[in-house]
Amino acid sequence: MKLTLAQKMLWAASALALIAFAALAWTGGLRAGGTGEAAQEAFRPEFRLEDAADRPVTSEGFRGRYQLVFFGFTNCPDVCPTTLSEVAQVMDGLGSEADRVQPLFISVDSERDAGAELAEFTSAFHPSILGLAGSPEATQAATESFKVFFAREDDAAAPDGYSMAHASALYLIGPDGDWLRQYAYGMPAADILADLQNRL
Amino acid sequence: MKLPVAAVLAFALSAGFVQAEPVRQGDLEIDAAWARASIGSSRPGAAYFTVRNLGDEADRLTGLSSPVSAMPMLHETTLSEGISRMAHVEAAEIPAGGELTLEPGGMHVMLMELTTPLKEGATFPLTLTFEAGGEITVEMPVFGPGATGPAE
Repeated sequence: MKLTLAQKMLWAASALALIAFAALAWTGGLRAGGTGEAAQEAFRPEFRLEDAADRPVTSEGFRGRYQLVFFGFTNCPDVCPTTLSEVAQVMDGLGSEADRVQPLFISVDSERDAGAELAEFTSAFHPSILGLAGSPEATQAATESFKVFFAREDDAAAPDGYSMAHASALYLIGPDGDWLRQYAYGMPAADILADLQNRL
Repeated sequence: MKLPVAAVLAFALSAGFVQAEPVRQGDLEIDAAWARASIGSSRPGAAYFTVRNLGDEADRLTGLSSPVSAMPMLHETTLSEGISRMAHVEAAEIPAGGELTLEPGGMHVMLMELTTPLKEGATFPLTLTFEAGGEITVEMPVFGPGATGPAE
């Protein structure tokens, strides 16, 4: 069987379409999964929250510095201390460059976390970590702008009868406010430090 | 010379040179036991250990008790698609010849309703109840709030 030129071109076109579709499905799938470290489209997370002294803190206030952001809650005994201790190691490892990175702990538990409670928690890990919290609406808006998930989940075996499910990665925001990447939970502090040092 | 001894001990604890000896009772051995310092007493603490089953029948960890917590519970952190969740675990099996490992980011004892803050350098008893092996009490060393393992 001999294909005409038109038939060959049609076959080539459909092969190209198939490749393009596969590529789209693949990158789309990565984005939906949220655990990959694949590059995402640039976006600029924004928040308007309060620090432990109830002073307003906004994302714009950190322009010119990197932000290392973690979402969690202070009644979290396992994952949150593990990650914040990694942040502490990273900050110590940065040495004289530490002032170019602001670590932020954003509480997703607006019911319980605010004020001195928050400072007591973050300062247990590293003095540079700034704890932020806000109203349920402000918390929701902050998480949406970072494209991260959280939910209050009833759990009779947790303090106050509930626990918070939350995104467990660390997020890196650049000096111009752009989302740069995430560091998946469990990534060794040394690897996070090396990545940061490459950027500074 | 009481002070230097205390100072050396405190240093050794904080530097992780003191590691609890494994506790053996019957077919079960508890090892790598440690707890994280709590932040105040209003927030839950976390404790971790490994149980080895040296026998040829499976056993189950079914209960916990400690004077430092009115409500110690076995919990498991699960990570799925980058979201972490905590779930209560009623009982955990230790297969014959196998082990059960409690570690950060996985299964852990959540020490709720602390009667006293867990301070770095201190120790407290934690009693584990096993279906077949009965009760085993382990002395848990308390490491810093940022500790991530028994050798911190």
